[in-house]
Amino acid sequence: MIQKEVASLQAAVADIADGATVMIGGFGTAGLPNELVGALLEQGAKDLTIINNNAGNGETGLAALLAARRVRKIVCSFPRQVDSHHFDRLYRAGEIELELVPQGNLAERIRAAGAGIGGFFTPTGYGTELAKGKETREIDGRMYVFETPLHADVAFIKAERGDRWGNLTYRMTARNFGPVMAMAAKTTIATVHEMVPLGTLDPECVVTPGIFVQRIVRIDRVATSAGGFRQQA
Amino acid sequence: MAARVARDIPDGAVVNLGIGLPTMVANHLPTGREIVLHSENGVIGMGPAPREGEEDFDLINAGKQPVTLLPGGVFFHHADSFAMMRGGHLDVCVLGAFQVSASGDLANWHTGAPDAIPAVGGAMDLAIGAKKTYVMMEHTTKSGEPKVVERCTYPLTGIGCVTRIYTDLAVIDVSRRGLAVVEIVDGLSFDMLQARTGAPLERA
Repeated sequence: MIQKEVASLQAAVADIADGATVMIGGFGTAGLPNELVGALLEQGAKDLTIINNNAGNGETGLAALLAARRVRKIVCSFPRQVDSHHFDRLYRAGEIELELVPQGNLAERIRAAGAGIGGFFTPTGYGTELAKGKETREIDGRMYVFETPLHADVAFIKAERGDRWGNLTYRMTARNFGPVMAMAAKTTIATVHEMVPLGTLDPECVVTPGIFVQRIVRIDRVATSAGGFRQQA
Repeated sequence: MAARVARDIPDGAVVNLGIGLPTMVANHLPTGREIVLHSENGVIGMGPAPREGEEDFDLINAGKQPVTLLPGGVFFHHADSFAMMRGGHLDVCVLGAFQVSASGDLANWHTGAPDAIPAVGGAMDLAIGAKKTYVMMEHTTKSGEPKVVERCTYPLTGIGCVTRIYTDLAVIDVSRRGLAVVEIVDGLSFDMLQARTGAPLERA
């Protein structure tokens, strides 16, 4: 029998090793798997490479992981935010490596890894600082830059509903990087707000087929500190 | 400026409005046109901001502000969202800028200051992807330096990607023969506009 549901966040992240590359979904507050990041902080893995659109906000989630100096390198598109002070401090002190990637290249490099593509030529970034040193090619009169896939050991994603095969649906713009990150990691761990019996999710509406998901943990919506419905009063 | 940009967006267009000044275009879209807003975080068919107390932070725009969804609106993941841009499926994108060059090069992501933390987001994908890339910006910097220039001195976002420039002083097309002035605000002469511009202008 296939049973991907794991009883706790702690159990889901227990085997993540020092030096691992970890993808973290989310854009803004939507789809941030902060509960899994919190469990990883508690678990203690260090020397991590993090792939996320941003570089942490405020004091929780990725920001807390950065503050605890568990992250060696971050691959992201938009680190600078009003409340990214932990990243800002580490970056200015030269204590964290940054690979800055245009957001569409980030998404497509992740997708390429998941799809078994060895790289691709994209017009994005051609002639800019972010394409320096990269192979370029003219195709049908237009210039392109060669970009390589981004693989990960683990992906943390936040979905809405799931079943024991790992099939997932998302909620509105909380989908963002979830589906592509799920494809690109050796182990994808998803949180959902609702576990449903097999066959309940409309097969026409499943966004991430369970083949891309290895572990799934149900979390309370009320306890969600970012994204999801508003906090209950 | 926002109203002037909005006037040029045709019925049926799918449009991405960049963060900052361009966001204001949404408030000026002419009634009677069905214009569909795309946001790179995975939504087409964005509606106005929700009423206070009805915000849902799973439904946000690229500026991370809560929005609403219009009937017909859809959600999709990031790789699809950027395929819509890069693949040339968006009709128009409207972006802010530090500088635009005479050949349509755009600089809008980084000042290049040594202590600045670089952040690019979707700027480079947006700049090169849409069928038309409109730039909306003040004609000069606060200290009076031209922002329409011969060559950009700030780090580039994209090469030859800008279609049209909207400033507080003029509307300028980036054409094969150079910068062609489409409109000038009342009371400003062509020569006065040229004096505030860092590259040669053509009369329309």
